[in-house]
Amino acid sequence: MSLDISFNLQREDFAMHVELILPETGVTAIFGPSGSGKTTLLRAIAGLENIPDSKVMFKGQCWQSNSSFVPTHLRPIGYVFQEPSLFPHLTIRQNLEYGLSRVAEKDRRVSLDNAVELLDIGHLLKRQPHTLSGGEQQRVAIARALALSPLLLLMDEPLSSLDNKLKQEILPYLETLHRELTIPVLYVSHATDEVARLADTLVILKAGEILGSGPIQDMLTRLDLPLSHRHDAETLIHGTVINTDPEFGLTSMTCGDLVFTVPGNTLAPGTNTRLRIAAHDVSLTLEKQTGTSIQNIFPATVVELQTENHAQIMVKLQLEDIPLLARLTRKSVEELAIKPGIQVYAQIKSVAVLA
Amino acid sequence: MILSDADLTALYLTLKLALASTIILLALGTPFAWWLARTRWRYKFFIEALIALPLVLPPTVLGFYLLLLLGANGPLTAIGAAPLAFTFSGLVIGSVIYSMPFVIQPLHDAFQAIGKRPLEVAATLRASPWNRFLTIALPLARPGFITASVLGFAHTIGEFGVVLMIGGNIPGQTQVLSIAIYDHVESLDYASAHWLSGGLIVLSFIMLVLVYASNRRFRVFKI
Repeated sequence: MSLDISFNLQREDFAMHVELILPETGVTAIFGPSGSGKTTLLRAIAGLENIPDSKVMFKGQCWQSNSSFVPTHLRPIGYVFQEPSLFPHLTIRQNLEYGLSRVAEKDRRVSLDNAVELLDIGHLLKRQPHTLSGGEQQRVAIARALALSPLLLLMDEPLSSLDNKLKQEILPYLETLHRELTIPVLYVSHATDEVARLADTLVILKAGEILGSGPIQDMLTRLDLPLSHRHDAETLIHGTVINTDPEFGLTSMTCGDLVFTVPGNTLAPGTNTRLRIAAHDVSLTLEKQTGTSIQNIFPATVVELQTENHAQIMVKLQLEDIPLLARLTRKSVEELAIKPGIQVYAQIKSVAVLA
Repeated sequence: MILSDADLTALYLTLKLALASTIILLALGTPFAWWLARTRWRYKFFIEALIALPLVLPPTVLGFYLLLLLGANGPLTAIGAAPLAFTFSGLVIGSVIYSMPFVIQPLHDAFQAIGKRPLEVAATLRASPWNRFLTIALPLARPGFITASVLGFAHTIGEFGVVLMIGGNIPGQTQVLSIAIYDHVESLDYASAHWLSGGLIVLSFIMLVLVYASNRRFRVFKI
């Protein structure tokens, strides 16, 4: 296992009890409201915070135990802070080289050119940090961390200090990193849209305790966890493009044996992507409807129901082995006699393609 | 030549004293100010108050005790050290103590203004603590170093009380400008006093202008 941590912190105003084993690859998002201890957790993994009575093991190396503490500069990590935090007295190139020059030749797997190209900052190298926009600065900060060839990349809400426009500008770069690099990433966030686009594994933290952790699809659809009860509760599906239909501007994607038809025809066949389906865009019928405008209709099994309020009920379905959420009115659930185990047809009114 | 040889010697001594004191103060003050800015020791205010003492005490008080400490019958002499009162070395010790707050304070403020973040970033970029100090803290504190150097230098040039107490008025050894001016005035030689005083005003002004011009961020006074 890649990262094995345990923290026990008991302060007057804050307690944290975390035991966690995180996967070797992919992006793990640590998700929770502010004050839930996500940043503390990340800082402790980096060694920026020394929480007594803790353990951090990474790929068999002990970074922290009761008797040892490896200081931050000796841990093979990269860290991206909330604010870009570029060194104001150095040029962009010098900022990038600051970390790189301190990494032994034999440990350099990501070249400076690689990092520069991935984040598209080649034209900024000669400039001073204060002349860059916030988004450009954060891209440099990410490249600076990548250029270390870290074995683990820690990102503390790297987009939260940016406005929505800049955020949308940087997200594609993060998705590229996710696709093209094999570095495991720990990504702290309180924004569900970032998490949905980037994370493979989700750890949900609340008031210093882990509410749940596992693959993102499961975490989004577990009715005992808070994510399935947000007003924009959603399901994520990993799809592969089969073909496109230029005449109608549509794309067909498979996920297992299911074929989804989604708008847009810019993705090449074979591309892997994520589909997002909002719970309020799913309706149920007992028989398969004909003469409907809805393109995506699949047979499904009702797994679980949970009443959200007097009017609405969240229904968890299973499409083959894919979980799907549908938010229905309590009235419909009673009229159709929907209960766990019954077979229904899920009509999906809208599917969004993420990236 | 308008300035007498004695005046020129006094000028030379003054500059030498200011330079020596400033260099010693920067060397001692940098690690000390760094420690003060970073420590979480709860009683550090005692140290801060101690350093600020020369700001409020009459220089003669400081000079008096230094005289006792460094004099021929002082405790240092008793343990075998050569008496330093009425020597140039004695003057340097006095100046260092007297000008200390003017160097420590700007350095302390500059280090504190850097904050924790840049150093944490440097740590995640594999820089060791010593390396972080050299490559991040020192360059970012540059304005503080300029302020500290100028204030330390200028303040030493202008000191009078401490010098008079522990240095006396020995031409060529401890007679600095401020005391030479005092001498001229005492002997009603206003012309010489003018030349020295006016010269000091011009010299100080040029020094400050050069510093302000070379570093726009430099401020002697915090507003």
